[in-house]
Amino acid sequence: MALALYVLRRLMSVIPTLFGVTLISFFLTYMLPGNPAQVKAGPLATPEYLAEVERQMGLDQPMWVQYGRYVGGLFRGDLGESAATGRPVLQDFTQRLPATLELTLASLILAILIGVPLGVLSAVHRDTAIDHVGRIVGVAGVAMPTFWTGLLFIYVLFYLIGIAPAPLGRLASGLTPPTAITGLYVVDSLLTGNWRTLWSSLGQLALPAATLAFSVMAPVARMVRATMLEILQSDYITAAWAAGLPRRRVIYGDALRNALIPVVTTLGVVFGFLMAGNAVVETVFAWPGIGNYAVTALMTKDSGPIQSFVLFVAVMYVIVNLIVDLLYAVVDPRTRLS
Amino acid sequence: MSLLEVSGLTVHFATDDGPVEAVHGLDLSVGAGEILGLVGESGSGKSVTGFSILRLIRPPGRIVRGSVRLDGRDLLTLPEEEMRRIRGARIALVPQSPRTALNPVITIGTQIARLFELHGDLSRRAAWNRGIEALDQVGVPDAARRMGQYAHQLSGGTCQRVMIAMALASSPQLLIADEPTTGLDVSIAARILGLLRELGTRTGAAIILITHDLGVVAETCHRVAVMHAGQLVETGTVRALFRQPLHPYTRALVRSIPRIDREVALEPIPGAVPSLLHASPGCRYMARCPHALEVCRKNKPSLDVVEADHRVACHALEANRAAVA
Repeated sequence: MALALYVLRRLMSVIPTLFGVTLISFFLTYMLPGNPAQVKAGPLATPEYLAEVERQMGLDQPMWVQYGRYVGGLFRGDLGESAATGRPVLQDFTQRLPATLELTLASLILAILIGVPLGVLSAVHRDTAIDHVGRIVGVAGVAMPTFWTGLLFIYVLFYLIGIAPAPLGRLASGLTPPTAITGLYVVDSLLTGNWRTLWSSLGQLALPAATLAFSVMAPVARMVRATMLEILQSDYITAAWAAGLPRRRVIYGDALRNALIPVVTTLGVVFGFLMAGNAVVETVFAWPGIGNYAVTALMTKDSGPIQSFVLFVAVMYVIVNLIVDLLYAVVDPRTRLS
Repeated sequence: MSLLEVSGLTVHFATDDGPVEAVHGLDLSVGAGEILGLVGESGSGKSVTGFSILRLIRPPGRIVRGSVRLDGRDLLTLPEEEMRRIRGARIALVPQSPRTALNPVITIGTQIARLFELHGDLSRRAAWNRGIEALDQVGVPDAARRMGQYAHQLSGGTCQRVMIAMALASSPQLLIADEPTTGLDVSIAARILGLLRELGTRTGAAIILITHDLGVVAETCHRVAVMHAGQLVETGTVRALFRQPLHPYTRALVRSIPRIDREVALEPIPGAVPSLLHASPGCRYMARCPHALEVCRKNKPSLDVVEADHRVACHALEANRAAVA
């Protein structure tokens, strides 16, 4: 009961934030050069016809009126319409969301699976070769922009070596998507026992997920390393050594369990990075998710998709951070509400 | 031969300016059932000595010389894996600040039960029940419920009882208690010390009690070893040492104990523990000593027997005797 109340209060406190997000995204889009009516009307439209389309889309109204309409629509669950696809944004979003979720989750898992052990090893073998390699890989991951690492991966692994599939979407051409259960191809093909699809979807997912994971792995590894170093000096670890516990158990049990507490906190931030990185990586790999959709919309000042993408990322960010805070109570008994 | 014989123990800590000699040529012995008080100011090397016996000195620290014999076997030459099996099983540690010595995210029960699993070869269930018994034995009330709790839910005194129960899980031959009563209020501290004393008698374990508090030593120990600046300056029975403290440092320590029965002004010991970086070849107490002689500057005094089981490392012994008399 206390928990439900806490969650409710947290969600309520987010409303002003989301309101601010709509305000900023709306006005930034408004200031963009370009005319979505032109996109809808086509390049050969007469000025009269263009004016007519503008009127239909409400673009002839004052800015405040347009904003009021946009927010009013949000309350009715109407995210607007995409000038490019001519369909409601909500419909496009629902269709594309699973692709984005699959990519984001895959890269998050990959970043944790590599980042956490790398951080532990760097701390345990401080100032040795492992630590230095970890540091270099980490700095490289942060310093290199994702569109560049993405291209590098494609160039080396697809073009030169040829072990990766063509960076064109979620499945090799000729394959049909698995029956939609979760919308995540990997999970769905696994659930339906469709091994060829599974293999292909994993292959397609590998490079974009690695690209994204590479960019966020470093903060995870550095955080784990820093906390592990501190924890390995702590009294309870000394006590664990003194009690004769095996090395593996002290490091991966007693110490790592404590080190994961701040890592959970970083996950909220990492998730934010991933959502932002999606837009670029999806474009590089022709990944049919909402990031790709938003970038395409940005080119044509297609305001509905852009604003919706921004709003969606903000909502996701809020939800993930709420989950992180709830997770905190799971990993750290000291913060449990009693 | 005593249960534990430390001889010539020397521990260095590497710093950018050269090695710091935290412990220098230390000799120590403890017999079964005996409680030895290891006394000295902060920085005198008493905790480092304790950790050296467990071989838990980590870089930049390093044991450079000496031997630590347990039942005649030198621990310093054992392979790490063999040493690990001795830690907790035959030599156990009761750490300073019990609250931070318990893992904050693991329940008390898991932390204590796994020691019975590890050292007692018990099943998980049996180990858990032994854990409850062990907490019961050291006077933790409501032991079964405590097992499911975390360190932050317990009081400092209870944490220390838990630590003692954990240290005794494998009935060790030697218990190293590093300032076990620091941060506990006086009545709780007295009970913890009582518990240690009682356990020594009951289990026959030897105990090294590391403390800066001579009052604690007088109450609890059989013998005392006084450390100053990484060296042993005086050792003897509690009785001999309190009656006739021969080293000027010991005498100063004894005089700095507050007494309720006499109206004496407390005398602080002048100066601080000298830097152990490029320590002088002579007596390390010289700069603070009221009786310093010329010889003290160049030669390190050896630990000489003055009477049965009372040894002192001081050149100015005659002046000291006169001062005591």
